[in-house]
Amino acid sequence: MAFELETAAHPEGLTRVAIDPVSRVEGHGKVTLMLDEAGHVHQVRLHIVEFRGFEKFIQGRPYWEVPVMVQRLCGICPVSHHLAASKAIDMIVGAKRLTPTAEKVRRLMHYGQMLQSHALHFFHLSSPDLLFGFDSEVGARNIVGVAAAHPDIAKKGVLLRKYGQEVIRMTAGKRVHGTGSIPGGVNRSLSAEDRATLLKDIYQIVSWSREAVHLIKKLHLANPALYNSFGSFRSNIMSLVGNDGALDFYHGTLRARDDNGKLIFDNVDYQNYRQYLSEEVKPWSYMKFPFITSLGPEAGWYKVGPLARVQNCDFIPTPLAEAERREFVDFGGGGLVHATLAYHWARMIEMLHSAETIKDLLHDEDISGSDLVTEGEHESRGVGVIEAPRGTLFHHYRVDENDVVTFCNLIVSTTNNNQAMNESIRQVAKRYLDGRQLTEGLLNHIEVAIRAFDPCLSCATHALGKMPLEVELIGADGSLVDRRTKGLGG
Amino acid sequence: MEADVPLDDLLRPRSPPAAVLVLGYGNPSRGDDALGPAFVERARAAAGHLEVPGGIEFLTDFQLQVEHALDLIGRRLAVFVDASADAPAPFSCSEVAARRDDSHSSHALSPSAVLQVYADVVGGPPPRCRLLAIRGESFELGADLGTAATANLDAALEFFAREILRQDGGP
Repeated sequence: MAFELETAAHPEGLTRVAIDPVSRVEGHGKVTLMLDEAGHVHQVRLHIVEFRGFEKFIQGRPYWEVPVMVQRLCGICPVSHHLAASKAIDMIVGAKRLTPTAEKVRRLMHYGQMLQSHALHFFHLSSPDLLFGFDSEVGARNIVGVAAAHPDIAKKGVLLRKYGQEVIRMTAGKRVHGTGSIPGGVNRSLSAEDRATLLKDIYQIVSWSREAVHLIKKLHLANPALYNSFGSFRSNIMSLVGNDGALDFYHGTLRARDDNGKLIFDNVDYQNYRQYLSEEVKPWSYMKFPFITSLGPEAGWYKVGPLARVQNCDFIPTPLAEAERREFVDFGGGGLVHATLAYHWARMIEMLHSAETIKDLLHDEDISGSDLVTEGEHESRGVGVIEAPRGTLFHHYRVDENDVVTFCNLIVSTTNNNQAMNESIRQVAKRYLDGRQLTEGLLNHIEVAIRAFDPCLSCATHALGKMPLEVELIGADGSLVDRRTKGLGG
Repeated sequence: MEADVPLDDLLRPRSPPAAVLVLGYGNPSRGDDALGPAFVERARAAAGHLEVPGGIEFLTDFQLQVEHALDLIGRRLAVFVDASADAPAPFSCSEVAARRDDSHSSHALSPSAVLQVYADVVGGPPPRCRLLAIRGESFELGADLGTAATANLDAALEFFAREILRQDGGP
């Protein structure tokens, strides 16, 4: 099936504009716009060249290698893959319930990842747009502009990210490609020295995270006309929710709501996710389009990530973030907030919750315990799901009698948001691009909408010369009218 | 990270770093994209034979990000090592200067962008930085380092020990 502006009724005679790839989004992404001679938008598509071949990359390997190997799928959120794969392999080794130390060390690693990822996104990827405006001069929109105008913000952003990465290093064993999480548990707990180091700084981290929530809230409330409408659309939402209804990034059951907040399903054991979710393939995209099976592809697509999570849970189990969540919910006036730019506000509430959770875990004696691994009766199938920074992440494996992976299915966060991102840029195209001359500032509006979801199109080779930034204008006869290329080198 | 400590002090390392940093980056499971990490692995193994005043430190990562600006603090020399689809074989070696290029605010910064972050967030003159761009040909997921890339890596390692450290590694 096709959505409005997904496929032009009469593509002949239209001009095609490609933003290739999206400049501040990881990996290979391309947006194509088809305009008629008057500049009216007829077709808008986000293409993401990714992920095919991942499953093959994993198949044929012994299961114990998987939690480490999957980190090579993504340079942006390797910890998310590390933990989702570990949870799936836990099922295969019969580790139905981890030891308290193992679960808390994994949680600490994961919340460190959430903290550093959200900090990078807000302080370095998005704040240039949010602080300077979408039409501002390109040089002012980058981090240099932020640093010049708000030096403390840029420094705090770097320090927040550094702190999160230190949490990862101390729990995973290495700054990148850690090995801390293993089938059935972890191979280390937090040393007394590392714990003291992290404890010394965590109160400052909580304070800065709270400042960040207040900053984005102030920006949102200062310009509600823009923030509430930009790229906005109504949709279902889905996320993991803790067993008590709490916001939980590490474990829980699946919950989905419709655009009015009414439950579609709840308390779903993610081992059975295939009974509830399906994936549609479209001929123009490499990336699948997941949807809630009972609603079908037209009505069953959903959004995931911070905006979904903060509104899908019943409460946040840390006091400062819970106070911010209540204010956010009040802002919605009794309904779900669907504003695309509210992703930023929700993301900062999550960063604050991550900081508070890290603080609590550092005060928990289990974090330095010695009972690290458990195991039970082995099974041939396992599904692991976590809430990664960008949304719900599924890892699904089957192994044979030789412990070799024979099947792998991944639904990554960005795939879960595929239709939502397409919908958002179509709204932006209709509102800001239709019938107008294309400018860099206007094209940046498209990127602003995509960036709000913080997609990880990762897994792309970053090598020098491999990621040119390209804008192509192709005439109605198919000829190249104009082209601009921006390489990493300048 | 006490509240009354100036932010600039918090950015600085808690102990003096080695004078020379070698930072190789890339995905070890994407064919020739592994050149950066492979360079670090082999150079680290040979480091016992190198005499580098002030010491030498090796780091690897998938890609460069803002925090790598902090890794440059207190260095005399930093060498970025990356695979390159554009560099002439076997490698090219160039000076890196701070620049606001288009990788700013992306998930993968260029070395120039990292230096720009250093200038704007850390401040003061950065260390001398060089980019060793080793020619790669194939970047497929799951592929091993190719034969040509391996030969290019050998040449780059020899140049690193013979030229870069000899010329720039000293005080």
